[in-house]
Amino acid sequence: MNFKLKDIGPQLMTVIAVVLVFGFFTYNAQVNMENRGIDFGYGFLSQESSFDVQFSLIEYDGSHSYFRAYLVGLLNTILVSVIGIILATILGVIVGIARLSPNYLINKFAAFYVEFFRNIPLLLQIFFWYFAALRALPLPQDAEAMFGISYLTIKGLYVPAFIWQNFNIFFYSIVAAIIAIIVIRTRAKKLQENEGKQTPVLLISIGLILILPLLSFLIGGVRLSFEIPVLKQLATTSFIYEGGVSLPPELIALALSLSLYTATFIAECVRAGIQGVGKGQKEAAASIGLTPNQVLKLVVMPQALRIIIPPTTNQYLNLTKNSSLAAAIAYPDLVLVFAGTALMQTGKAIEIVSITMFTYLSLSISISLFMNWYNNKIAITEK
Amino acid sequence: MFKYLKQLTSLVAMVAVLFTFTTESMAAKKSKTLKNTQKKGFVRCGVSQGLPGFSNADAAGNWTGVDVDVCRAVAAAVLGDANKVKFTPLSAKERFTALTSGEIDILSRNTTWTLSRDADIGLTFVGVNFYDGQGFMVRKSSGITSTSQFKNGISACTNIGTTTELNMRDFFNSRGISYEPVAFEKADEVVAAYDAGRCDTYTTDKSGLAAQRTKMKNPDEHIVLPETISKEPLGPVVRQGDAVWEDIVRWSLNTMIEAEEYGITSANADSMKTSENPQIKRLVGAEGEMGAAFGLDNEWNLRIIKQVGNYGESYKRNIADTGILPDRGPNQLWTKGGILYVPPSR
Repeated sequence: MNFKLKDIGPQLMTVIAVVLVFGFFTYNAQVNMENRGIDFGYGFLSQESSFDVQFSLIEYDGSHSYFRAYLVGLLNTILVSVIGIILATILGVIVGIARLSPNYLINKFAAFYVEFFRNIPLLLQIFFWYFAALRALPLPQDAEAMFGISYLTIKGLYVPAFIWQNFNIFFYSIVAAIIAIIVIRTRAKKLQENEGKQTPVLLISIGLILILPLLSFLIGGVRLSFEIPVLKQLATTSFIYEGGVSLPPELIALALSLSLYTATFIAECVRAGIQGVGKGQKEAAASIGLTPNQVLKLVVMPQALRIIIPPTTNQYLNLTKNSSLAAAIAYPDLVLVFAGTALMQTGKAIEIVSITMFTYLSLSISISLFMNWYNNKIAITEK
Repeated sequence: MFKYLKQLTSLVAMVAVLFTFTTESMAAKKSKTLKNTQKKGFVRCGVSQGLPGFSNADAAGNWTGVDVDVCRAVAAAVLGDANKVKFTPLSAKERFTALTSGEIDILSRNTTWTLSRDADIGLTFVGVNFYDGQGFMVRKSSGITSTSQFKNGISACTNIGTTTELNMRDFFNSRGISYEPVAFEKADEVVAAYDAGRCDTYTTDKSGLAAQRTKMKNPDEHIVLPETISKEPLGPVVRQGDAVWEDIVRWSLNTMIEAEEYGITSANADSMKTSENPQIKRLVGAEGEMGAAFGLDNEWNLRIIKQVGNYGESYKRNIADTGILPDRGPNQLWTKGGILYVPPSR
């Protein structure tokens, strides 16, 4: 290798400039913090937080540390992102396929949905679903029971809780069923490739996933009962439901608005992907006698996915980052709990904001890595 | 001729250098914040996003309130005009960062003075302009008349980033009541959610409850419970490290309170210059050198009283006459049974 100054000069200068700029900001922050008597350090993370959080996936109250509060916020962010991604994907795929439907009504309805929801700012949609929908929901005492066991009220959605006995046996039966299905699928594939025989894999799979857990109930001693929410009076006109599981309206409104918004973009990705597959491919598949379902499953989708995955990854990242708008409607996500309350109570602005930024960066990179892995997996393997 | 010109030039240069030196040292003695404020021509003041009686903007963008008047007093003192203030509305979460980062020079935003805030985060509290305490608001129809009727499972709406969140926990914990905190970033959303029925109770400082009640769909349906669960001394805050600016803000507030004590109002301030009482004369700039130490002229306090009024006038105009809290309670002068007591201007 024979580097010339002319070749590496510009790059060297860029690196030096970047280092200098960062150095300047760090130095500046240090000097200013020193002048104003602000200490820098992450020691506060182990201190008692002394504030409570509305909704938490792990055990938490004000006697736990700030670090625990951080975890609470992080898990809540992940929870709403996962729910949002799953809902947005399902809805997006349905709407995307609907946009290509030959049925005029379905086609136009899907187009209207996409244009309407993606052109209204997300924050407004969140406010709409929270405040407009919130006001429309009944108070707990006026709520009608859904299926006699669930209640959707202004204070949240109350659903029955599952009370399991010997849950681990039930869990193992599910795992066993899944392993069995994978084995059978691989065998069936080989059988088809080698001998051209088709096995009814789907029927066997459904049978397994039903029968094994059923056996765990009959002979494994697994028992399942429900705890149904019961109305409780707090004061003359104030009621709540006790027992069961309660989902706060903030979570529901946020998950709903995030998925409705992001689904429009995913729908467009799906449409683009399907339209990106050459018409000749479909015609060729039909000409060798494949049914329309088989054409979609075996010929169109594998090729369309390659077009769909990369832009959809972007939408997943957007959804995760947009979940930080939660602070506006009191859903205790990372921004509200950690970059909000914890920041105010400690005053450690630089530390907390840097941790929060780093966390979002890590979340985004993880999603990105996973999607890249999946994209590579389905990419064309040159033979 | 040219020879003399050269000498003349050097003389002029020397005088100029000397002059610059003296003015520079005078300005340095004043304060960096003061110097910047005078150069800009306005006081940069952080206020709330709308709390009637404390800091609230009308449709035309004119800010009024007792917190706003503190900033106006400082503007009258250092710039000669109480209107030369640029107000920055801040959420509870943003307020301290805005001050420490130098975006504003005074934070006058119903902010509670606590040890950790004063000591930890590069801020200095200069005094108290409103003695408050945290309370609870409930719907009248709930039949609750005291916090002792609160039961397990109660949901409470509040703001994030406030002492309220911490007091609430202490309160419910010490009584062994489980509760659901619903914390919003902005006060307007707290009010909207409580008003919609999302929460059984709304908790914040009692003055805030009284003020926000006026924003509800039907204010008469809500009551503030009698119990006060905390001490909330609210006051203006400045950045740490500029002692002169800190003093200017502190004594601007003190002047307003002391003026009320001596019966000096915006209407009679000028005539008080000829008063027999030296205390009064000092407060209207007719005796002593009360501004020199701040780098201000002698009538800085007279301007505050004339343009903004004394504390009593400010309270009456903003809080009593608007029906928020007609009774001054602890915010009455010490001579009249309250706890407003400030060091003497002398």
